[in-house]
Amino acid sequence: MRERARVVAALVRRAVNEIVRVPGAAIPGVLAPTIFMLGLTAVFSKVTDLRGFGSTEGYLAFILPVGFLQGAGFTGAATGVNLARDIEQGWFDRLLLAPAPRPILLSGLVASAALRSLVPATFLLCVGLALGVPFPGVGHLLLCAVLVMALAASAACWGTLVALRFRTQQAAPLMQVGAFVAVLFTTAYAPAVLLQPWMRTIADLNPVTKVLEGVRQGFVGPQSWAVTWPALVAAAGILLVLGALAVRGMRRTGS
Amino acid sequence: MIRVVLALAGRGLRIALRRPQFLAPLVVFPTLLLAVNTGGLSQATSLPGFPPVQSFFAFQIPAAITQSLLLGGVSAGIATALEMELGFFDRLVAAPVPRSAIVLGRLLSAAGLACLQVTWFLVLGLIFGVTIEGGIPGVLVVFLIGSIAGTGFAAIGVTLAVRAGNASVVQGVFPLVFVVLFLSSAFFPQDLMTSPASEIARYNPLSYIANGLRNPIVSEIQLKPVLEGLAAAVGVALVFGSLSVWTLLGKLRDA
Repeated sequence: MRERARVVAALVRRAVNEIVRVPGAAIPGVLAPTIFMLGLTAVFSKVTDLRGFGSTEGYLAFILPVGFLQGAGFTGAATGVNLARDIEQGWFDRLLLAPAPRPILLSGLVASAALRSLVPATFLLCVGLALGVPFPGVGHLLLCAVLVMALAASAACWGTLVALRFRTQQAAPLMQVGAFVAVLFTTAYAPAVLLQPWMRTIADLNPVTKVLEGVRQGFVGPQSWAVTWPALVAAAGILLVLGALAVRGMRRTGS
Repeated sequence: MIRVVLALAGRGLRIALRRPQFLAPLVVFPTLLLAVNTGGLSQATSLPGFPPVQSFFAFQIPAAITQSLLLGGVSAGIATALEMELGFFDRLVAAPVPRSAIVLGRLLSAAGLACLQVTWFLVLGLIFGVTIEGGIPGVLVVFLIGSIAGTGFAAIGVTLAVRAGNASVVQGVFPLVFVVLFLSSAFFPQDLMTSPASEIARYNPLSYIANGLRNPIVSEIQLKPVLEGLAAAVGVALVFGSLSVWTLLGKLRDA
């Protein structure tokens, strides 16, 4: 068990080293959700005047959680791109030769994505608070961290699946589109009552909606267990399904 | 000169069409954003001050076209930079052809590609029930402004590529596409945007290009927005087209 933990820790350390040695590599994952968050707020903030919108904390508070999840999605996709690079350069083949079970190798990749997702989330939170978003409380921030890390881990599993299937960095758009679609086809822009019927149907079926509502609740109102537990269950469910598929993909690799 | 430009433009188009995996993101991302914006914010048309339109989807089509054309500009820049990195550019420079023809060929292929992008979004609109209020002349106006704007955006990409000579630098500009887009009235009426974005949008040529594209789609053709859109597109194409040729000549002189 201790050996396995050491393998996971080594892989996480490798990913963290990348941020320390090439800080520029982390910029797109931070920049893209920040641009989206500020851009959407600048352009669409008047929609809070619509009857049925509900939230009175302003559009930035409403959209900030979308930025968190976008950052998590992009970070997870970046893990997939990095894996594809490792496959192209032959480093992954050497990793597969190591006497470590494949699920442990996957755990290292996924754990590093979960950890890295806190970088864009922290930056976005600072920007949001600086621009007047009310502080949601330490308890809610901890819940946000758990949900964001879980979503980043799920996105990393998706990125891993795609990387193992296509074995090239050219598949990066597919990894990013997956995260993009999962996060935005929810109640990202407006509450469910204001969505078009087809969008509402997709949002209702999309488990990321529950995760988003769980992250959003403390920013637009009081935190509630009725919203928290579905968010935790949805995050765990997504991670379980994508994790199982990624483990299957890892086991099939090279066999 | 004209034969060289046409040959290079044909080559550029053929290469683009041969690799649909690189072409797809130019329409996939804007189409997804079009769906998300429409599904999430369609009620925005009932906001006081929102101009009368048949649907929010019709209002958003020009935004998707503008976004797609901007991505086309990035793509043209990346293609030019890759030709420089791989040595094809050196062979072109060594050939007995005018240097400006090398750039103009790339820009002409971007104009052809822009027509395909415009076609995609107009067909998408027609499929989902949008009526082009300006009729056939309106469609022609959209193609005219779209192709000129596409040429101008490609010129920006080519200028950057010639200056940097590196595809990853041009790729790094990608997030800026969204910055300039959010700071324009492409997605929402300028009067309903918040300050300072609304003030910046007033001076952003993209606002005029998007409004010029939008006018024939959402209403009978009106001279003012169409001429302003045309002037902005021609201005961008002329300024950056000249700059790209000038940058290339300067680079070759220094080499």
